[in-house]
Amino acid sequence: MLGNSPRISSFLEHYGIVVIVVAMMAFLYASRPDVFMSLANLTNIIKQNATLALLALGMFVVIVTAGIDLSVGSVMALGMMCLAVTAKAGVPWPIVILIGPLVGITAGLVNGLGLTVLRLPHPFIMTLGTLNIARGLSSLITEGAPVSGLGREVRYLGQANYDFGFFPPPTGLPASLFVVGISAVGMWFFLNRTSMGRHIFAIGGNPHAARVSGINVDRVLVYVYAISGFFAGLGGLLLAGRTDSGFPLAGQNAELDAIAAVIIGGASFFGGRGTVLGVMAGVLIMGLMRNGLNLNNVSPFWQQILIGLVIIAAVYIDVLRRHAAVRR
Amino acid sequence: MTDRTGPAAEPLLEARGVKKYFGAITALNGVSFHVAPGEALGVVGDNGAGKSTLMKVLSGLYTPSEGELYFAGSPVKFHSPRDARKMGIEMVYQDFALAGNMPIYENIYLGREPGRKFAGLTIIDRDLARRMAAEHLDKLKIHVKSIDQNVEELSGGQRQAVAIARATAFDAKVVIMDEPTAALAIKEVGKVLDLIKSLKEHGVAVIIISHRMDDIFYCCDRVMALYQGANFADAPLKDTNRNEVIGWIMGTKGHTQSFAHDKVQH
Repeated sequence: MLGNSPRISSFLEHYGIVVIVVAMMAFLYASRPDVFMSLANLTNIIKQNATLALLALGMFVVIVTAGIDLSVGSVMALGMMCLAVTAKAGVPWPIVILIGPLVGITAGLVNGLGLTVLRLPHPFIMTLGTLNIARGLSSLITEGAPVSGLGREVRYLGQANYDFGFFPPPTGLPASLFVVGISAVGMWFFLNRTSMGRHIFAIGGNPHAARVSGINVDRVLVYVYAISGFFAGLGGLLLAGRTDSGFPLAGQNAELDAIAAVIIGGASFFGGRGTVLGVMAGVLIMGLMRNGLNLNNVSPFWQQILIGLVIIAAVYIDVLRRHAAVRR
Repeated sequence: MTDRTGPAAEPLLEARGVKKYFGAITALNGVSFHVAPGEALGVVGDNGAGKSTLMKVLSGLYTPSEGELYFAGSPVKFHSPRDARKMGIEMVYQDFALAGNMPIYENIYLGREPGRKFAGLTIIDRDLARRMAAEHLDKLKIHVKSIDQNVEELSGGQRQAVAIARATAFDAKVVIMDEPTAALAIKEVGKVLDLIKSLKEHGVAVIIISHRMDDIFYCCDRVMALYQGANFADAPLKDTNRNEVIGWIMGTKGHTQSFAHDKVQH
């Protein structure tokens, strides 16, 4: 068996998820060689999943602390609406592009303070509340009407494409890919190389240990939810750029997709475990699966069923692996 | 570790008239306490006698409702374990309080990571942390397969050793241990007790809460008993014996030959 060689099992432990992504790509290429590997399709996959990738990065930090942030989809919509309305009102673009992330950070601070100051028993409750509040606010701003026509600069991060004089337009490397890439590397550095990143993992592993080690757990949790809100707002900026609009119903159920991507990527729902690489792979697995099923004309209803099965299978594999590895 | 001081020295950590209320419950009712550098003090008492509450007051986890703490003769107030740790007071918890999902070396320096400060964060110098952890474990004669092992992969005794290593990583003056042997396999108990003895020899004041008379009589210099949230008895180990100490736990004094148990019931 594979598990007998420590080197192979250690490789699979760390990079097994990447192997799955590559296998999926190979399978999709085999099923639709003409379309899947076309630059237009690959560019599309990246653009469509950039927002999910940002939401998943934010969700990941929260899940590492054994928390959950149900509000990210609504907060993304709220950020998107706020920036769309201000863009239409003629506010200069350098301010407009800050509004999405700032709205996100504010919502995240509300989540974090609600959790730690009001001492609500579980983040599920606080963020379920802000899910509804943020969604209601996004609709309230324009009485439910979408806003479109945001201006070139505001759209830049969500829309720009670099062809590097090499890719035939409209293909190329989207700016959103770089936003996601920088975010992922930044997140990796923060979580693995800084004290607060390690404290976040310690809180997920054993909050009591973190507290008696002198870590201000409440303060770290407020930062964690603010980070999640920031990425929701940044996701809103990208989505607004891609669609050239703000619509109040954007990102419905996006929080569930983000949770699914994090869990498929191997993070533990009980906190303290997971990698940024895994989260990015989880996003790609969901994106590739949707893309592949679309290319092969599978109905969206079946897509939903399959994603459900993949979530269950991914966590079951994790259960088996941990059962074999961890000493009780 | 050159300035060794005998058990007879000035108290290093002292509490006077400490009271602690939790709502209507009085957990500590005017307890006084002292421990000297290089002294190993055993604290005994029945469940609910206030041992753990007193230790949590001393380690900064609880603030006393009334009474004062003194460190090296001057009054101190601890608002969190962080304050107590700054003075060199460390606690080893009964459940070890380690993050199982993290490697040994990270647990040892959790909350005090070495590295460069930048914008309120510490960018951790992992090589330095590893090297410091390896040297520190060597000094304590603790052997592990690798300092990169996650704590959840360790046995109870190894976890206890890591918890003690964390408590002593930064020049600890006082180490408080809550039931240090309760969660260990029998063959691991001796190692941990020897570790406690070696801390004492390095001039550290060690406070041990234990139900096991064997532990107390193996490594302590003095034993103090609490009963119903108050001081009950206090004596150098050489002036007492197991039966008498067991009697104190039960709340009885003045007999040494028969079990205290019998006395309570008449």
